[in-house]
Parts: sequence; structure tokens; C-alpha cells
Amino acid sequence: MTQVPLIHILFVSTALFFIGMYGLFTRRNMIMMLMSVELILNSVNINFVAFNKYLYPEKLEGIFFTLFIIAIAAAEAAVAIAIIINLYRNLRSIDVEAADEMKF
Amino acid sequence: MPNAAYLIIVLVPLLPLLGFVILGLFGRKVVKNYSGGLGTALVFLSTCIAMWVGYDYFSTGAGPDGAYHAFKVLNIHWLSFGPGFSIDMDLLVDPISVMMVVIVSFISLMVHIFSLGYMKGEQRYGTYYAYLGLFTFSMLGLVLSANIFEMYIFWELVGCSSYLLIGFYYQRPSAVAAAKKAFVVTRFADLGFLIGILILSFQTQTLGFGELIQLLGPGGQSLSDSLSLPGNHGLFLGFPIVSWGLALIFVGGAGKSALFPLHVWLPDAMEGPTPVSALIHAATMVVAGVYLVARLFPLYAADPAVLHIVLYVGAFSALLAAIIACTQTDIKRVLAYSTMSQIGYMMFALGTGSGGNASGYTASMFHLFTHAFFKALLFLCAGVIIHRVHSNEMKDMGGLRKQLPLTHICFLIACLAISGIPPFSGFFSKEEILSAAWQTNKFVYGLGLFTSGLTAFYMFRLYFSVFWRRAPGHGDPHPGTTPLSMKLPLVILAICTVFTGFIPFSHFITSDGRPGETPGLGPNVVPPILIALLGIGIAARLYYKESSRPGRAAKAVQGLYTFARNKFYIDEIYLFITKKIIFNGIGRPAAWIDKNIVDGLMNGLAALTARISAAIKGAQSGKVQDYAWFFFIGIAGLTVLFIYIYT
Amino acid sequence: MSASAVIFYILSAFILVTGLLAVTSGNIFRSAIWLLFSLTGVAGLYFWLDLQFIAAVQIVVYVGGIVVLIIFSIFLTQGSGKQLPSPHRRRAVFSALAVCLGFALTCVMLRQQPFTRVISFRQDVLTADMGVDVIGAQLLSTTRHGYVLPFEVISILLLAAMIGCIVIAIKTKPGDK
Repeated sequence: MTQVPLIHILFVSTALFFIGMYGLFTRRNMIMMLMSVELILNSVNINFVAFNKYLYPEKLEGIFFTLFIIAIAAAEAAVAIAIIINLYRNLRSIDVEAADEMKF
Repeated sequence: MPNAAYLIIVLVPLLPLLGFVILGLFGRKVVKNYSGGLGTALVFLSTCIAMWVGYDYFSTGAGPDGAYHAFKVLNIHWLSFGPGFSIDMDLLVDPISVMMVVIVSFISLMVHIFSLGYMKGEQRYGTYYAYLGLFTFSMLGLVLSANIFEMYIFWELVGCSSYLLIGFYYQRPSAVAAAKKAFVVTRFADLGFLIGILILSFQTQTLGFGELIQLLGPGGQSLSDSLSLPGNHGLFLGFPIVSWGLALIFVGGAGKSALFPLHVWLPDAMEGPTPVSALIHAATMVVAGVYLVARLFPLYAADPAVLHIVLYVGAFSALLAAIIACTQTDIKRVLAYSTMSQIGYMMFALGTGSGGNASGYTASMFHLFTHAFFKALLFLCAGVIIHRVHSNEMKDMGGLRKQLPLTHICFLIACLAISGIPPFSGFFSKEEILSAAWQTNKFVYGLGLFTSGLTAFYMFRLYFSVFWRRAPGHGDPHPGTTPLSMKLPLVILAICTVFTGFIPFSHFITSDGRPGETPGLGPNVVPPILIALLGIGIAARLYYKESSRPGRAAKAVQGLYTFARNKFYIDEIYLFITKKIIFNGIGRPAAWIDKNIVDGLMNGLAALTARISAAIKGAQSGKVQDYAWFFFIGIAGLTVLFIYIYT
Repeated sequence: MSASAVIFYILSAFILVTGLLAVTSGNIFRSAIWLLFSLTGVAGLYFWLDLQFIAAVQIVVYVGGIVVLIIFSIFLTQGSGKQLPSPHRRRAVFSALAVCLGFALTCVMLRQQPFTRVISFRQDVLTADMGVDVIGAQLLSTTRHGYVLPFEVISILLLAAMIGCIVIAIKTKPGDK
């Protein structure tokens, strides 16, 4: 821990963030989009703990944020799955392009 | 008498207006059978008030110097364009306006009574009386106007009412076309009128007649200079600007009064019911132009160039109309051309008023006065004849003197009056006109003299063809009686025709308001009487009995006869100009530009918008990921913007 | 290059590679497994950062809960065996471009930050005790640095999420509605 500069950790988390974003843009499957969102949330978690460890080691706020994000991510994943299942019942497919009723 | 005493004159135009409103709203269903009575009663009241005011004004209205002054009654400040310049609605009480009010209301009353019988059984009876009320209101408003723009408003109203009345039998396409023609020709002339109004009011910053005359008339230039107004300064193409204004106003007047070359609407306007022709196209509307020039007479008298235009246009119209009338076979057309001719007389009488000699003014107004009576009488008699014979053509008539005795007498009286035979009224007024012409312009005097001979000829041609040519009872019998409502106006008008000549007109109406001398009857009355008798004699010889003499006479002047018969092809010239030149040269290109360029531009813009929208509607794909992508790009853009560019 | 740095670089490579495979794999089940590995890698990173509690929570909740939930839903929607349709070429290119742009922008901004408080090489400052009991005590304390209020709110949120899921996913009987 003493030898890795903060910047490197931030690079990793940024890269993970953008990998998740790429998945969000390109995957045609709703569940895949959900997985990409989990990646994004994880990258944010890494950021928080890194800042906590490197910049404010005497405090615990970063940990708490991480904890809360994990909890909320779990709730959000559950709700998202419920919605996907509901949509699947109506559209008979989990292709996200099947839900395009708002098109012109 | 103070102004307030003449305030009652406000009722004179308002009562027919009330008639119009009531009959217009309810004339179809509720009061249909009483429309005639209601309209007539209101106009009767108007006439009584008008006569009372006239009597009061002329007997006691003279000022301390013996002159009749103009009073402004009822000043309503209406549209204000700036300090001191506004269009007001006010009424002017003045010798000629009082005279005109009396004439208009009286003739309108006669026509209302006559129509009770003539239009009986007509389906749109209520509407007819409503229109008559509207017309009477408009004409009375016109003559009572105190400023030129108010007169223009009523001028247009009169035009509108005449359109409605000419086109009254709207199921007939010829009537509709005639109404349109009247409206379009007079509207075209009114353009000149409006430009003239604008010119004059610009030079003087006022619209009232009194002020215009004061500022632009003789001696007005110093007053204009002191008020720092343009006045009569400035030239346009070599002529003073005010002359242009006056000439354009005269164009407007010429259109309404059917002078050459804007006369083409008047014969066609005979498509309307005959009482309408009596009211509008004989006695009242067509003299509006003469009235206008008389109103602005001091300005015209001060401008010799424009006065010459007035003189020659009037004289030429009189002659042209008389020539054409000699060849027409429709009784109403003959009377229409006769009206045009007489108005030409009135106009050139005004045109002689130069060099301080204003006897032409009095003569013109006197002729207007007497002409109203005998022309209305002629038209109403024609109405009776047409009512019996059910046709307008002279060839269907003849020998009617036994079947229509009263009409016969009245028609004869009117013909004698119009030909200028003493002691009927027409003689006196024509005498005054011709003597005014003699004093200023001998050539025009000669024209007038010749025209009066022609007048006598064609009027008696008409008289003999209708009442004498055949033996009574020969041909189709025309059963039926003339109702009293149609006979009464004839009698009244005949009495007026006989006696109005004796009114000493120059006591009351002169160009400066001061009572003048009645011109004496000297030896210069003889030539007109002689020439009239000559005309009557020729007409009698040709038309007293059915013969081939008219045919032979026509053959002798074949070319001229054909020309005159076809009204000198003036209508055809107009049609040619409009169809070939204006439509093809201006109308079609303008339409092309409008359709392809203006519309095309709009349509092109719309099509462009549609194409752009079709191109970008793909962005609204309904796919969440596309939206997320755009969202992210937006955020990145904003980040760059705010962090790097705006710091 | 000490051992901890090497471990860090290996871990981060693992995380990124499995993450990349998760978003580009053709089979949905395989994607889920790659995601599982990636999340485990993140837990490993937490361990490396000396945050045992968070790492444990990560494994228990994320890996053991969420990924399992995702796999269940894959089964429920019967998509596990099939090959996923690959994305449109245009979308892949544009997304890659946008992502690279974003990454570059973020890196530039990160570079410019001085991070003056970084004390990775200062041993004199006491680091906080990060034991579970300390975390728990502060989580539930009501003092100025206590997090009891967010804690309660999260509880309600979880309750709402639970009820919401049930309501959304409930099958309406054929006779109703």
C-alpha cells in the first residue's frame, strides 16, 4: 500500500467505470445492462475507499459510503430484476430493443 | 339662430338609419307586410323635419350682412391623429346642404310611397325597404358632412347601398354584373378622391371644409404661411400640388356622377328596380359629384386649369350622352343617358365660375334642384309603364295614352321641363346655365345649345314612341290598374316640376352666401327655346306615327348611328384594356409570382422543415441505450465546457 | 517494486480483464461468471487495502447475493443457453469512442489534481482502527459523526425495495384486471 500511488488506484477505478459504461451502451440484453451497472457501482466503491485510505486515514466516512452503496446496489438490482421479469412477461423477450414504444 | 336650434337636423339622417336597422334585423319575418309602411313613415318624418329646417334656415337664418352662413352642428371628436388634426363627425348646415337635405328626403319619400305599390308582392319586400333606408341615411350623411373625410366615408356608404340596390334581383346574372360594375368603377374613381383628400389635407393639416377653403382659397396663402403650413406651395410636374389634389378629387366626383370616361356603369345600373333608379340614378347619388365640386367651389374657382377640366369634361359628357340617347331603345337606358347629359350640364355650369363670376354656381345648383324633380318623375312614370307593359323595350309600347292617362300627362310635363320649354322649371334652370356659359366661354355655350336641342329630340322621341306611335288598343291589351300609391307621387312631382321654376334661387344659394340678383329674362332666352322646338318638331315628324322615316334617317347617318347605338364602344375599350393588357400583362405575372415564388417559398420552408425532421427523428429511436449514450456525451461536453473553457 | 505493488497490479489486471470479458462475452451465462470473478477481484482489492469488513460485505452481498440473483433471473427468462445477438457495428464503434473520450478526459483531470493530502509514505499519522466493532459503533452512534440516520433510511429503503419487487413481479390472476 505504501508503494502504489493514489493515481494508479484511481486509474483502475476509472477504467472499470468506463468498461461498465461500454457494456451499458452496447449490450442488447437487459440483464447484461444490469451487470454493467454493477461494475460501475463497484468502481465507485473503489474510489471511495481509496480516497478514505489515502487522503483521510483517520476517518471512516469512505467506508460507510461504500457500505451504503453496496446495500443500495443490492436493493436496486432486486427491483431491476423484478422489472425485467415483468417486461419479459409482456414482450416475451429480454432484448432491450424490443421495448421501443417511445420511438417516433 | 344659434347652432343648437339646428340640432334637430341630426334626426334627419338618423330616422332612415333606424328604419334600416329595424327592417334589416326583423324585416324578413316579423314585420314583412308592414316594412313599407314603417320605412315610409320614418322617411316622412325625416322629410318634415328637413322641410322645417329648410324653411327656418332660409327665412330667418341670414346673418347680419344678409349672407347665409354655415353652421357646424354637433361636433363629435372621433379619430385623432395628433394635436389639432382629427377626423370629426360633425354636421354642416349651409345653404346647399339644406337644399340637398330637402331634395334627398323628399325624393326618397316619393320613392318610398311609389314602391309601396310597385314592389308589392315582392318576396324580399322588407329587405328592399331596409336598403332604401340605408341609402337615404348615407346620402343625407354625405350632404351634411362638415369635413372631407367624413364625406368620403358616406361616399363609400352610398356606393355600397347602391351596389345592394342595383343587384337587388340577384338571381339575374345581368343584375349582379351591373352591381359589380357600378361598384368597381366608382371605387376606382374613389381612389383618386382619396389621394386628393390626402394631398389637400397634407397641405393644410386639416380636413374641415371651412378650413380647407380658408387656407387654400384666394388669400389663403398668407394665412398658410403664418401657420407654417405648406399651403399652395410646391409644384409637381409643373403644376401646383393643390391643383393635382383638386383634379383627383374631381376624378372621384366624375366617377360617382357618371361623367366621361367613368360613365360606363350608369346604363347598366338600370338593372335595378325602377324606383331605385329614380332615387339613386336620377336625383340623388349621381349628383354627389356635382355637390362635391360645389362644396369646394372657392378652391376650384381659384384654379383656372382644373376649372377648365371640369368645364370640358362636363360639356363633353353632356354631348356624348345626348348622342347615344338618340339611338337607344330601352326606355330606362334613354333616361339613364339623359341623366348623364343633365349632370354634364350641372358640371359645366360649375366649370364656368371663374373670374369672380359665380352665376354658374347658382345655375348649377338650381338645375340640380329642378332636375331632381322632373327626372324622378320621368323614372317613376317609366316605372308605371313598365309595370303595365312588363317590358322595357320601346317596341313593345305605343299608343298608351288612353290606358295610362295620368302617366301620360305627367310624362309630358316632365319632357317639356327637361327640354326647357317655359313655364316649366327646366326652362329657368337651363336658361341660367346657358347664360353663365355665354358669359365665359362661347364654344361651350354652343355645345350646350346643341345638346339641349338633342335633349328635346330624344326625350320627345321617347314620348311619342311610348304614347302615340300606334293606335290605342292596337296590339296587346295591357289590363290592370295603377294603384294609388303609384299615382300619388307622380302627381306631387308633377306639381313640383311645374312650380319650382319660380323660386328665386339666387336669393338663397350663391357661391359666397350673399343673396344675389335673379338674372332677368332678356333676348338670350330665345335660341334655346327655338332649338328645343326644332327638336320636338323633328321627333314628332319621325315618331308620331309608325313609319319608315326613322329607319331612313338612321341609314342616312349610318356610321355615326352604329357608333352611337353601341355606346361608342367605350365598354369594349375598357374590356380590352383590362383583359388584354392588365390581366395578361400584370395580373398573370403577379399570380405566377404569388403562386410559385411566395407560396413556393412557404411551401419550400415547410418541406425543408419536414425533411430535416425526418432526418433527425431517428434520434428518437425508443432505445434506452441510445438515449444513455447521448446523455453521457452531453455530460462529457458540459464537463469540458465548464472546466476548461469557462474557468 | 515491492510485493504489495506487484499484488496490486495483478489484482487490478484481473479485475479489468474479467470486467472486459463480462461486457463482451457472447454467452450470457459466461458473462455472469466473468462478472462474478470481477467482483471477487474487487473484494481482493479491498483485502489488499486492509479493509476486511468491506471485503467481507462485498463477497457476501455482491458475489453471493446479487450475482446469484442475476443467474436466477437468467434462468427465469430462459436465455442461458442461447448466443446473445452481437451489437450493431455502429453502436459499438460510437460507444467505444465515447468511452475512450470519457476515459481520456477523466485521466487528464485526475493528473491535474495535486492531491496534497496523500500521506501514503508518512507513518507518523495514526490510521484509524478499522475493526468491525469500531465501524459498528460509529454506524449506530448519534453523535456528530454518527451514521444512525442514514442507517435507518437505508433500512426503510430496503423494505420499500422488497415490497416493490414483490408488487412489480407479482403475477396477476387471469380473471382480474
